[in-house]
Amino acid sequence: MSTATLTSGLVTVGPDTEAASETRDDIMAAKQEAPVAAAPLAHAPAAEPRTSFGEHCSAFLRAVLPPLLGFAFIIGLWALVAMKSSDFPGPAKTLDAAITLFSDPFYQNGPNDQGIGWNILSSLKRVAIGFGVAALVGIPMGFIIGRFAFMNSMLEPIISILRPVSPLAWLPIGLMVFKAADPASTWTIFICSIWPMILNTAQGVQRVPQDYLNVARVLNLSEFKIITKILFPSVLPYMLTGIRLSIGTAWLVIVAAEMLTGGVGIGFWVWDEWNNLKVEHIIIAIFVIGIVGLLLEQCLLLIARRFSYGNN
Amino acid sequence: MNAIVKVENVGMTFDTKKGRFVALQNVNLQIRQGEVVSLIGHSGCGKSTLLNLIAGLTLPSSGAMICNGREIAGPGPERAVVFQNHSLLPWLTCFENVHLAVERVFGAKEGKDKLKARTNAALEMVHMSHAAQKMPHEISGGMKQRIGIARAFAMEPKILLMDEPFGALDALTRASLQDELIGVMEKTGATVVMVTHDVDEAVLLSDRVVMMTNGPAATIGEILEVKLAKPRDRLQLAHDPHFAECRGAILEFLYQKQMKKAA
Repeated sequence: MSTATLTSGLVTVGPDTEAASETRDDIMAAKQEAPVAAAPLAHAPAAEPRTSFGEHCSAFLRAVLPPLLGFAFIIGLWALVAMKSSDFPGPAKTLDAAITLFSDPFYQNGPNDQGIGWNILSSLKRVAIGFGVAALVGIPMGFIIGRFAFMNSMLEPIISILRPVSPLAWLPIGLMVFKAADPASTWTIFICSIWPMILNTAQGVQRVPQDYLNVARVLNLSEFKIITKILFPSVLPYMLTGIRLSIGTAWLVIVAAEMLTGGVGIGFWVWDEWNNLKVEHIIIAIFVIGIVGLLLEQCLLLIARRFSYGNN
Repeated sequence: MNAIVKVENVGMTFDTKKGRFVALQNVNLQIRQGEVVSLIGHSGCGKSTLLNLIAGLTLPSSGAMICNGREIAGPGPERAVVFQNHSLLPWLTCFENVHLAVERVFGAKEGKDKLKARTNAALEMVHMSHAAQKMPHEISGGMKQRIGIARAFAMEPKILLMDEPFGALDALTRASLQDELIGVMEKTGATVVMVTHDVDEAVLLSDRVVMMTNGPAATIGEILEVKLAKPRDRLQLAHDPHFAECRGAILEFLYQKQMKKAA
């Protein structure tokens, strides 16, 4: 989106200032006066505000219109399908249901009937715990694997075999070990989050530029300084990529895990509403899951941007 | 004067996929205190390899490297390096980049204020005080290299090693940094070994120019003494007969005696 605004801004402002500076140059040349090179520089800022308002408007439209059209299209399609089908709720009915749902998101009528707010929060809590523990284990492990070739060759085959396994396959193991549904679904989150964190951290450690390590060697820095001043900052962007990938999968997996384990949670809620045959709630849940996932990803992207030091 | 660095019969071979590659052979060189020495030669002649050996970043396959009476066993802050691509840490400000080095070298025996003062003095010396709080990606290539030089000088090394320090800069920036370097060397009386592929730069900055033969198995071909009074001024030198003579000698070595076969 930002690139679109940027380029469109550039494209249209460019010719304008050029034309203006040309005429200015002509006058200057005619007068045979002072530095011509200074003229366009002095003139450019003056030309900008004149075009910028219209520019901003059209850039804004260009950025916003296509997504809006996309949404309109999907909602139209949905309404069409709903009209043809007897049990598929249309957009209007779903919106109604959503308004009632979100007007009281935090009610509690026993363990199996709680507001959507509680369901979302308890899913997020599971993700946070599973994910946090995975970070605590995975990131140091990534450092070890990245730093020591021996550990790399030792653990790499194991990781290669385990990584493609659906985290849900680990759910029974979790149920057996923890004897409860809640920690078992947290356990699946742990399993699915840990691989991207280990692998990305390890890759980051292996890719620390030799130049920086040479600086460390010439300065003869202590191991502690090497880790805090050189390794950690240079691995951080890779680590954040790993974290971003894992939170994406974690959010995918929690829905499925909760469907299987029950309790409170957005996944369980979807399944429960299916049993109640409230299809409009399932559609709401799909939107909610999508939006929460998007927000999680965007948060991490923001953090990642903060720590990407403009390339050299 | 005493030699601060002695390179004795040094050879360097690398094991590559195609077998052993002899980069350097029978290199003998002595560098005196306060002397500025340039290493010049065609690309691939092993001049950077020789510099890395002095830095201790790599160890020789044969022969001995001695710095200050002790064998060079690894890199250390008494042999500071200015890298070609500046190698500033992008997550630290310019001040912090220099401070990291200052802290390492003087942190044990000096207080915080003194360390800060040293860092600021180093930045001031290369006229970069204004950018102290900037991140490396916010300043130009020439400025980054200035910070790199400040970092190296701030360590007050016994010897300063520069690997094509201005190679990545445009000609005008390079000239202004060379002048800067002349000033800094004048002030500090530093011992410098510099790799360069710029003939004018070699003559302008050095007391001796070490010309290396083409690799593989490169060695020192000739050593030229530059007997120009210091401080040197690039404008005056342009018409100095000795400058032209030195320049001619190097060009002759590079393009007649060591003509590179079509690369």
